[in-house]
Amino acid sequence: MGDGKLVGIVLVSHSAAVAESVAELAKGLAGGGVTVPVAPAGGRPDGGLGTSAELVAAAAASVDRGAGVAVLTDLGSAVLTVKALLAEGDELPKDTRLVDAPFVEGTVAAVVTAATGADLDAVTEAATEAYSYRKA
Amino acid sequence: MLDADFFRRWMTATAASVDREADRLTALDSPIGDADHGSNLQRGFRAVRAELEKEAPDTPGGVLTLAGRHLISTVGGASGPLYGTLLRRTGKALGDDAEVSEEQFTQALRAGVDGVMKLGGASVGDKTMIDALVPAVEALGDGFAAARAAAEEGAEATTPLQARKGRASYLGERSKGHQDPGATSSALLIAALVAAAEGAEG
Repeated sequence: MGDGKLVGIVLVSHSAAVAESVAELAKGLAGGGVTVPVAPAGGRPDGGLGTSAELVAAAAASVDRGAGVAVLTDLGSAVLTVKALLAEGDELPKDTRLVDAPFVEGTVAAVVTAATGADLDAVTEAATEAYSYRKA
Repeated sequence: MLDADFFRRWMTATAASVDREADRLTALDSPIGDADHGSNLQRGFRAVRAELEKEAPDTPGGVLTLAGRHLISTVGGASGPLYGTLLRRTGKALGDDAEVSEEQFTQALRAGVDGVMKLGGASVGDKTMIDALVPAVEALGDGFAAARAAAEEGAEATTPLQARKGRASYLGERSKGHQDPGATSSALLIAALVAAAEGAEG
């Protein structure tokens, strides 16, 4: 908080359509006002289902405003690719973090929280907390 | 002693083997996975082979680190970060030496396998690539042929197991009776050590 820089959000899904739609949904639900940098990184560069390390790295670079980047993923290779990239150390912006959260609900929570100017810890916490919302 | 060219041959022999076996890997991945293991690994190791033709690093560690990085960026499935981490960790553990002993390689590969277990959270018996890699590392002290036999045996032994990791784990009991595709491709990787030691390019 404080210096006006917003946390960036990256959405990694096996499907480009899923990542783009969840980004649109979260931005729509966050309402007007501050525009949080959100970038989808879905599917493979050839359009197939899967995870592309290059798309993830490009998306993270595009949303980095100096306040850190929160990465939310769906499952399987999306999770493992981000973890492997974080272990590499130089392909993602400094202060990039894989957030343990449900993909859709966690993204909405992350974007809404980031729009308030909250820091990376607060954005992470809000997204993870989405796990505790029971539906039945 | 093993030099950079040995490790380059290991990667090209793996690429050739994955090319030959891609259809079988994908067939194994059809009943319990999403039927892309062969084509994903083929894309990855072809990229590794092309990269090593352009730029062949002059240390064993350099070759494996480069290969690992390209697998992570080109495979597109979970096998990319898993095999990428295996080779990159192994490469990093080999350091900058121009030649390494088989003992050094065994220790480094063990570090690589540990990295994979940490990344994917799998242990022996979960019906994954770990079931071929762990016995291979244990047998490596007796030579590459012993490691190959241990890896192949480990891969075959995944057939009756119930999957506990990855997409196959959603199938529960129904994952039994199928040989794990990841353990099968891991056995190909280990078998390629024998080919590389014999001087084969693949």
